[in-house]
Amino acid sequence: MNKAWRSRNHPAYWAFIVHRLSGLLLVLFLPFHFWALGRALHGAAAMDGFLRWTDQPLVKFAELGLVVLLGAHFTGGVRLLMLEFLDWREWQKALLAVATVVTVAIGIVFLVHVA
Amino acid sequence: MTSTSDKLTVRVWRGAADGEFRAYDVPRLPSQTVLDVVTHIQRAIDPNLSYRFACRVGMCGSCAMSVNGVARWTCRTHVDKVVDGNGELELGPLRNLPVIKDLVCDMRSFFDKWASARGYFHPTRNRTDDLERISPTSRARKRADAGVECIGCGVCYSSCDVVSWRPDYLGPAALNRAWTLINDVRDGGRAERIAAVAGDSGCHACHTHISCTERCPKGISPTASIAGLKRATALAALKGEL
Repeated sequence: MNKAWRSRNHPAYWAFIVHRLSGLLLVLFLPFHFWALGRALHGAAAMDGFLRWTDQPLVKFAELGLVVLLGAHFTGGVRLLMLEFLDWREWQKALLAVATVVTVAIGIVFLVHVA
Repeated sequence: MTSTSDKLTVRVWRGAADGEFRAYDVPRLPSQTVLDVVTHIQRAIDPNLSYRFACRVGMCGSCAMSVNGVARWTCRTHVDKVVDGNGELELGPLRNLPVIKDLVCDMRSFFDKWASARGYFHPTRNRTDDLERISPTSRARKRADAGVECIGCGVCYSSCDVVSWRPDYLGPAALNRAWTLINDVRDGGRAERIAAVAGDSGCHACHTHISCTERCPKGISPTASIAGLKRATALAALKGEL
């Protein structure tokens, strides 16, 4: 069995994967986002109808996923900017922990707000 | 000794790129290093096995191999720390370098990239000049110190996925060397070095996976050095020096 994957099993590499995947998934969401905004061009009724559709529990749950993806990609990006543009400290794993906590906090705030 | 078994099953890569793993039984000993295991195989079981080592004390950087999938210096890696629960070790050549035979890689591309990154000192004084006085507490000296203990083992280069993805990438070791020289106030090659590391195959190709820093046996952070180069090249571009 090839064991080369073990070389990548460390927190910063997982952070890279999360950042890359969240970015790709958000790119896939963007066309839908623009389509949703485009509903407003068809009048208030079309937009309101769409907004009522988004009040369904399953759609709200999907929105939670979206918010967490946004949080992960945003905090991951800020982490990278800090690593690369501020003077290096032995803090890269602490930054990772902060990015994770902020992402989870964003998700919880969204949940509380929805509930 | 913390092990429960008195025997190791060691799978060793044999051949060049199209080789295969071959299994050997090796007696397990207290304080045994991975290099001890390879040496036992060559001296007691299979004299045809090729591998490199020299100092055996973590100074020369020649004995790096893939140990259970992770690049390590084998002379300072204790078997107890890396062996799988079932007493298995898998030893292969370093990744990202052409395999010559068994555990021996062709290191030319690795060291050629040090030259491409202008990883050599460019003197500005001659023997009649006075010595440069550098405060050990100066920022530049501290930055150079942080990266200067590299032994050129290739562990970072082998652990870097960007090197796998784009083979022209200069890699963590060469860029780390460039950063130590940029922070050497005696050096006169700064401008051409900044230009050498600013291109598509230079520091900006780094994805900050931090695998190099994670795996460096000397505790150096090439990622920190590459981040420094990213700032230095960005600044040089803003000043119109690139």
